[in-house]
Amino acid sequence: MSLRSEHSRRSILAGMGIAAVGLTFGLEGCSKEKTAVADGEEAKLNFYTWDTYIGKTTLSDFRAKTGIDVNMSLFATNDELFAKLKAGNPGFDVIVPSNEFVQRMSEADMLMPLDHAKIPNFKNVEKAFLDPPYDPGRKWSMPYTWLVLGIGYRKSKVQGVPDSWKYLFDSDQYKGRIALLSESADLIRLGARYLGHSVNGIDQATIDQVTAMFIKQKPNIKAFHEDNGQDMLLAGDVDLVLEYNGDIAQIMTEDPDIDFIVPKEGSLLNSDTLCIPKGAPRPNNAHAFINYLLDAKAGAEIAETISYPTPNAAARALMPESYRNNPVIFPSGIGFDRSEFGKFEGAAQQSAFETAMTKIRAA
Amino acid sequence: MSGENWRQERKTLLATLGPPLFWLTLFFLVPLAVVWAYSFGRNVGLTEIEISGTFANYAQAIQPLYLGIFFKSIVMAAACTVICLVAGFPVALAITFAPDKVKAWLLLAVMLPFWTNLLIRTYALIAVLRDEGYINLTLGWIWKQVGLVLNVPPFVPLEMLHNNPAVLFGLVYVHLPFMVLPLYAALDRLDRSLIEASLDLGAGHFRTMMQVVVPLALPGILSGVLITFIPALGAYLTPDLLGGPDSQMIANVIERQFKRANDWPFGAALSFLLLYLTFVMVAVQALIQRRRGAR
Repeated sequence: MSLRSEHSRRSILAGMGIAAVGLTFGLEGCSKEKTAVADGEEAKLNFYTWDTYIGKTTLSDFRAKTGIDVNMSLFATNDELFAKLKAGNPGFDVIVPSNEFVQRMSEADMLMPLDHAKIPNFKNVEKAFLDPPYDPGRKWSMPYTWLVLGIGYRKSKVQGVPDSWKYLFDSDQYKGRIALLSESADLIRLGARYLGHSVNGIDQATIDQVTAMFIKQKPNIKAFHEDNGQDMLLAGDVDLVLEYNGDIAQIMTEDPDIDFIVPKEGSLLNSDTLCIPKGAPRPNNAHAFINYLLDAKAGAEIAETISYPTPNAAARALMPESYRNNPVIFPSGIGFDRSEFGKFEGAAQQSAFETAMTKIRAA
Repeated sequence: MSGENWRQERKTLLATLGPPLFWLTLFFLVPLAVVWAYSFGRNVGLTEIEISGTFANYAQAIQPLYLGIFFKSIVMAAACTVICLVAGFPVALAITFAPDKVKAWLLLAVMLPFWTNLLIRTYALIAVLRDEGYINLTLGWIWKQVGLVLNVPPFVPLEMLHNNPAVLFGLVYVHLPFMVLPLYAALDRLDRSLIEASLDLGAGHFRTMMQVVVPLALPGILSGVLITFIPALGAYLTPDLLGGPDSQMIANVIERQFKRANDWPFGAALSFLLLYLTFVMVAVQALIQRRRGAR
């Protein structure tokens, strides 16, 4: 029900409305039609995930092993995922929300509790991920990858190592060479962190202070990117970018002049997880698929393709040295030790972050 | 076919109009009504919206912060429309006076970008405009050749992306066909003997253009202006991808309410303010048309 008209070639809003609603309707029609099955569930699975986030042969290997056909669709942001499922599950069996959204979706009663008996490969998961603050006891989610935000930079254009958020948030040293992530919550949280607060429990006064800091910094910022900062860095549009370690690790294989650092003030941890949304048509297949993704070999194959840090200890052990001890994929040091997960703190806080972002961009 | 016939054949009329009307109601008016209702609601919990009849969302939407963004969007869309008109008028004129065979090809050239996905066209623009894009690479190469002969400072790439001019450029690029086609339709219907008469009677080319062609083509110009301005006002992808830190337009703010902020009622209120603004534009156009008709 989008009111945007630009996507449509037709000048009339009607065109867009009809097309958008028609599509959703089509998907629903499909999922309802195919409920006839063997042993309770047909050999199909609807997997809703991020782009470039699965191993090259993972899905075909899974089909060879179980006969289950995985139909993969992509979303670009957690918000898109949330918005899509908000009005009811349109037929997805497995989704990949980040930690904060696991909390948000479980609070909104949008997830199905996981049956650990059907996921024996849970034993492969590293200790640090067994009982995270956003999902105690792993009731709703299984860890798929984890990430940390930091500064990706071009070594030849930056003096020394930019080991503080100051270079991005509070300095004109790299005027016009900086791109920041446009996620309001991440940006305000990191701004608060730079000013010496925690990334959680930020009060309105601090939000205002961070907003003022970014408004002051804006002339030095080239763009707010939509999680495509690694492309901008690779293409030479900017020299410093706020990005996830995994994204930078991916382009470092193409360009040795690029590096990554978790600033000394500490940063935001993130973990993408495997969940089953409420109303999933094939929960048994979904459990089988999640269990397969946590398998050591399958996990290693995924890590090899996407270069993201894996929380799967058995998979990591199978990986070559260049991955296992890669300082970008598995960062260490003072900044990393000071990093925390962001908590979901209610709709009002979310709105406050968003209003701050609108102010920053409008200023 | 005359009106009489239609009146007699009611069934035919119903059969023809029925399906589109049904479609329009079910997939356009009903969803729109739902969004309209949301704009008077409030969030309860994370997924529920209670339609409480509150005007709080509209009160929030007319705060200076958001009015400023509306104003900026109007300025951008207006600038886009003016540039499209100035650039599109000669193009439409050229197509009108081209020989028939060439005409078809020229029209095709105007339509062709339409058949490519907007996202792909926008990314193509990024590849052209970016610091290490095609324009800068070409300029840098020329600069280097000049440097072989003359003593010049090193080449500094032109900054053509991630700023407001880039957004304006992208908007014009996307919306130019919306302007050219109605202009062409109006100019093509023009009685050419009037132009000949004007020239014969001593008016120069410019005067003929301003006093004969433009007034006669005014309905086409007005509809061109309208169907360029309205989508440009709601532009969302272009400012997102080509813009810099301060290039947000109102549609970007609306999008973020529906996604990131998860505040559908507020997003709905902003959407409807935008829609009301569009209604005003259409009304103004109708008013101008009517006044012309009365004269």
